[in-house]
This record gives sequence, structure tokens and C-alpha cells, in this order.
Amino acid sequence: MTYAILYALCGTVLVGVGFFGVVICRHVLRKVIALNIMGAGTFLVLIALARRTPGTLPDPVPHAMVLTGIVVAVSATALALALLRRFHRETGRTELDRVVE
Amino acid sequence: MNESRFRQLLVVGFAALVVAIVGGLATAIVALPTEATGLAPNVEQQLGQSGAKNPVTAVLLNFRGYDTMLELTVMLLAVLGARALTRGGIGDDPYTGLRMSPVLDGFVRVIAPVMIVVAGYLLWVGGHAPGGAFQAGAVLAALGVLLHLTGVAWSRHLSESTERWLLIAGVAVFLAIGVGSMSAERRFLEYPSAWAKWLILSVETVATISIAAILLALYRSGTLRYTFQTKQDVKGTGR
Repeated sequence: MTYAILYALCGTVLVGVGFFGVVICRHVLRKVIALNIMGAGTFLVLIALARRTPGTLPDPVPHAMVLTGIVVAVSATALALALLRRFHRETGRTELDRVVE
Repeated sequence: MNESRFRQLLVVGFAALVVAIVGGLATAIVALPTEATGLAPNVEQQLGQSGAKNPVTAVLLNFRGYDTMLELTVMLLAVLGARALTRGGIGDDPYTGLRMSPVLDGFVRVIAPVMIVVAGYLLWVGGHAPGGAFQAGAVLAALGVLLHLTGVAWSRHLSESTERWLLIAGVAVFLAIGVGSMSAERRFLEYPSAWAKWLILSVETVATISIAAILLALYRSGTLRYTFQTKQDVKGTGR
């Protein structure tokens, strides 16, 4: 097993941790953080799998995609936080409606 | 069955599902071939005409330039959304005029010029090594955040329309170059290789400033108070 695969496996674990958090956590801020962890896992998988080239340089295309993804994730997080602040201001709550009562 | 017990069962069941999903993903990754060139050879082959020596920069700003343009558009949409939700204007920063801490103040005095130089360096070095517009823009935005935390009211000198121009500058320059390349009977954002280096550099320079402005605007939309609530408060505590 190469290091690249090891990093990619770590990425899948992060995706799992994040997915669990998104669904299970009640506080919306925690959900946002969990979503970011999930995104970080995806980025790690992409970066790690780009390293499987035979030469010394990794495949630059996934790197560029991840760079784009990071910036989009930051913007989306900021928008989510703005939504959360407004939600909190309008309702005084930090949790969404319960699906299962 | 009471509610908390039901929830516990639900959590455990979901955890098992997540473990299964992660296991599936892991199996898929292990099953992948250990060597794959991906698109690396294609990039390497075309790198000479791309105008950048760093393959990541070549992909971002030349081969897949429209991706980067759309990414700037996404950032712009996020700013619009955050602005609309927090209803802030440029003069409504609660930190403006506040002295947060003398330590932070002294630190920012030392670090601010260094950060500007670092941003410029990152922008230039992106052509042949890791670096580029996004890294440089992030450094500039961090500087903007620090300045706001120390209460330096520099953005008061920016009118709202200037700020808007800064926000859209990145997308605008991309579109201008794209339309320009189309009117020269090339495809959208297809640079002539003789000019590529300077086109990329100019796009990156404008994009750096635009990205910094967008990130700073996103940050500030979080610190802005709601105008209908706090006009009075801001005046009371700050200025």
C-alpha cells in the first residue's frame, strides 16, 4: 500500500465522520462544521489519488479542482453562517425542526 | 419505548450505515490501480504554450479558465446572499473606531507591510511554483480582517460603488478576456500562446484583489450588525 492510498483512506474516514455529524448533530453550527469536515475528506481523497502518477509530479488537474473547491467551500460556509445568524435572529433557535419526534 | 432510547437506537443504526459507506468507499479506493497518470501527460505536453511553468496555474487559468471564472462567480453569489441576509452596509462595522487590544495593534503595524509583500510574492511565484491568485487573495483578506479587528477605518475611504467594482473585477476581467478571445476568432478564454503569460498575470492580479475583497466582504457580513437593530448601539459603543 502506498502513502497515497493511506491518505485517500484517511479522506474516506473524514467523509464518514462529516456525514455522521451532518445528520446527527442538532446545532446548525455543528452541521456546518461537519459539512466542512466532509468536504476536507473529499479534497484529501482527490489530492491523494492525484499522486498515483509514475513520475515525481502529481496530476495537476485534481489539484486545481481542489483549489477551486476549497474556495467555493469557504464561500458556501460564509453563506451558511449568514443564514444561521439570520435564522437565529428571526426565531431565537439554533436547531432546525425535528423530523422524528 | 421512550424518546431518548429511540434516538439512541437511531444514532447507532446510522453509525453502522456510515461505517458501511466508509468501508465501501475504502474498498473502492484500494481496488483502484496503484498507478494512474490521469491527465498529467496532457498537461505536461501543453505546458509550453500555456504561459505558466506551474502546471496547477496552467490548469487553473488557461486549460480550465472557465472553471476559475465560474468559481469567482460562485464567490460573488455567496457575497450577495450573505449581504442580503445580514442587510449590512459598508459603514456599519461595529469594530470601526474600537481599540481592541494594544498587542494586536502593535502586531498589525509590524505584520501589515509584510503581508502585502507576501501577497505580491505569492501572486508572482504562482507562475512557476505553488502560489497564485487565491493564496495571495487569502493573505490580503486576512490583512483586511486584522485591520478591521484593530479598528482601522480604512474602508471608510472606499465608497460603496468602489467596493462593488472590486467585488466584480475578477469576473469582469475574465469575461472581457473571454469575449476578446472570441472576437479574435478563438474559443472562449483561448489565449494566443505568445500573450498567455501576460494575460494570465493580469487576470491573476485583478483576481487577487477581487478575491481579497470578496473574502473580506464575506467576513464582514458576519460581523455586521443588523442595521434595523443597531444603528444606535454602534454609535453608543464605538465612535
